[in-house]
Amino acid sequence: MSDPIIKIQNMNKWFGDFQVLKNINLEVEANKKIVVCGPSGSGKSTLIRCINRLEEHQEGDIIVDGNELSEKTKDIEKIRAEVGMVFQQFNLFPHLSILDNCTLAPIWVKKMPKKEAQELALDQLKKVQIDDQANKFPGQLSGGQQQRCAIARALCMQPKIMLFDEPTSALDPEMIKEVLDAMVSLAKGGMTMIVVTHEMGFAKEVADEVIFMDEGMIIEKAETKEFFASPKSDRTKLFLSQIL
Amino acid sequence: MQTINFLKPNRDNIKNYSIIGSFLVLVSLIDVISNAFLKINLTSFLPGSLSTLFPLIIGLIGLNMMRIDYSGNKTLDLLNKNINTNNFNALLTLLILFSIIKALPQSLSWMILDATISGDSKDACTGTGACWTYIKVWFRRFMYGMYPNEFHWRINTAFILVIALGFVGYFMKENLKKYLALYYVIIYPVIAYLVIYYLISGGSFGLQWVETGAWGGLSLTFIVSFFCLIFCFPLGMIFALGRRSNLPVIKYISICYIEFWRGVPLITVLFMSSVMFPMFLPEDFFMDKLVRVIIAITLFEAAYCAEVIRGGLQSLPRGQYDAAKSLGMGYWKMHIFVILPQALKLVIPGIANTFLALVKDTPLIFVVGLAELAGMLALAKTNPKWLGFAMEGYIFASIIFWIICYAMSKYSYNLEAKYKTER
Repeated sequence: MSDPIIKIQNMNKWFGDFQVLKNINLEVEANKKIVVCGPSGSGKSTLIRCINRLEEHQEGDIIVDGNELSEKTKDIEKIRAEVGMVFQQFNLFPHLSILDNCTLAPIWVKKMPKKEAQELALDQLKKVQIDDQANKFPGQLSGGQQQRCAIARALCMQPKIMLFDEPTSALDPEMIKEVLDAMVSLAKGGMTMIVVTHEMGFAKEVADEVIFMDEGMIIEKAETKEFFASPKSDRTKLFLSQIL
Repeated sequence: MQTINFLKPNRDNIKNYSIIGSFLVLVSLIDVISNAFLKINLTSFLPGSLSTLFPLIIGLIGLNMMRIDYSGNKTLDLLNKNINTNNFNALLTLLILFSIIKALPQSLSWMILDATISGDSKDACTGTGACWTYIKVWFRRFMYGMYPNEFHWRINTAFILVIALGFVGYFMKENLKKYLALYYVIIYPVIAYLVIYYLISGGSFGLQWVETGAWGGLSLTFIVSFFCLIFCFPLGMIFALGRRSNLPVIKYISICYIEFWRGVPLITVLFMSSVMFPMFLPEDFFMDKLVRVIIAITLFEAAYCAEVIRGGLQSLPRGQYDAAKSLGMGYWKMHIFVILPQALKLVIPGIANTFLALVKDTPLIFVVGLAELAGMLALAKTNPKWLGFAMEGYIFASIIFWIICYAMSKYSYNLEAKYKTER
């Protein structure tokens, strides 16, 4: 068994008095695909936001690619550069064109020459099939196209890990498929992925493991087939019966 | 109410109604115009007060006859939607229109028809109208203050140079574009300062020294506004970011700074800068009065800029910060490439507001003995040879200030349109 690329031990997090994450233990090996599901407010998003320290945890350890995340972490930017993230609301930069959205971070964070960054960006945009929109602005694209651009933007940093925070929840049903297709082909390419989603079809297709969370706790963690075939806890069964 | 309903048009007869209606409005206008310009009372056959109210009544009936929800005629619909929505609005429309017409002949004859512009002393002004001779004679003073006449070319040259240097950004080569901000924030102000120092102050290169006390008029307005504008904006930006900082020291310094400067009146700040400030300095340390005034106004307005910019920063969704951070950008990269470009675009109207206020605050430097345009007026109107022409002077100054401010606000609209992107 290889060393886990993400290791979370006894992690607790509070928002003020309210404990959002309770005693989280999680290990993710390289190239594995994890799907996190659960009812809203269960702390799924907070958990993956902790992995690139968009949220700070108060107790326990989070180790990402050998670097421990804590207040002492000096070059958090370096770790974030290796962890790509895709958001529910896309969060493209509206004042930049699609191409500039993708090249901004490679040029200024990775110090990549402009030409090389543009080639890389066009390459990534081609993979998600929006290279013909490269010179448009985010506001001119549909939600599905924007989300695919957001995936390409994250991939342009050539991350080791990709985090997806409900990437299809803000999309029209028709557009969900195009985004999921992009994610499936990314998964087949061998990327390490942690995906918060309600798309159980996606989970069945690509996930190695599924995690079910409720009330800030990991209730169940199992291999995909086992998770859907024979869930252990009653809470998981109830959840699955409601959404399947 | 019967009669009014009787005057109500419907879609079938609107054509006839609108013709009759507009004829009635036309009659009321002709009555008022002939009354105002030709001093003829067309309705003198009517008893006293009715004669005065006649155009109003006729006009109201006319507008009432034209009022319909939707006619299909573009002009008529536009008229009905904007100034003729109900009887009260129709009344207001007529009253405003009539007041303007009534006021026109007097102001026209005072400003143009009866005005004097020939001659070069007060004696030329014998008419009842305005004395533009006064403006003509004092024009150079209003523009250049007490600056010696034979050196006015130095001010003109300096201004042309500074303006030309301001356009450098438009002609910069593509590969130098990334230094644009550096140029405008640091290099340009320094060059502008040097140009103004060596050309207008003089003292070297064979140019005679002219002390800043002699500077004045519109050129001084420009100099003070120019330096205050270009310095207060970056300073305000720093304090806006500082106020949102996570570091308590920086945050509280920024809050104290902003609240201090917003809490004191500009006039006391100016007074302090010229009277109190030198007392705290070492004896041999000399700082020119004009420089002190510019620093004082800059610090003052920076606090206002900071709050305006902070408003823009706060209006950005948190997702923008998250996205920038998740791409590995640090604080400065995130702000320079993602946050500030969006926030500054949003605050263009607010910043334009602050800048306009700044330009119109410059006359306050009169309290420390610097006479820019409005200050020169105050001096000129107390000149014994030219007593009694304050009105002409203030109208002149208002027009100049209005032109400057209108140009600035037009420019800000252009910027808004230029940087508008869809969300």
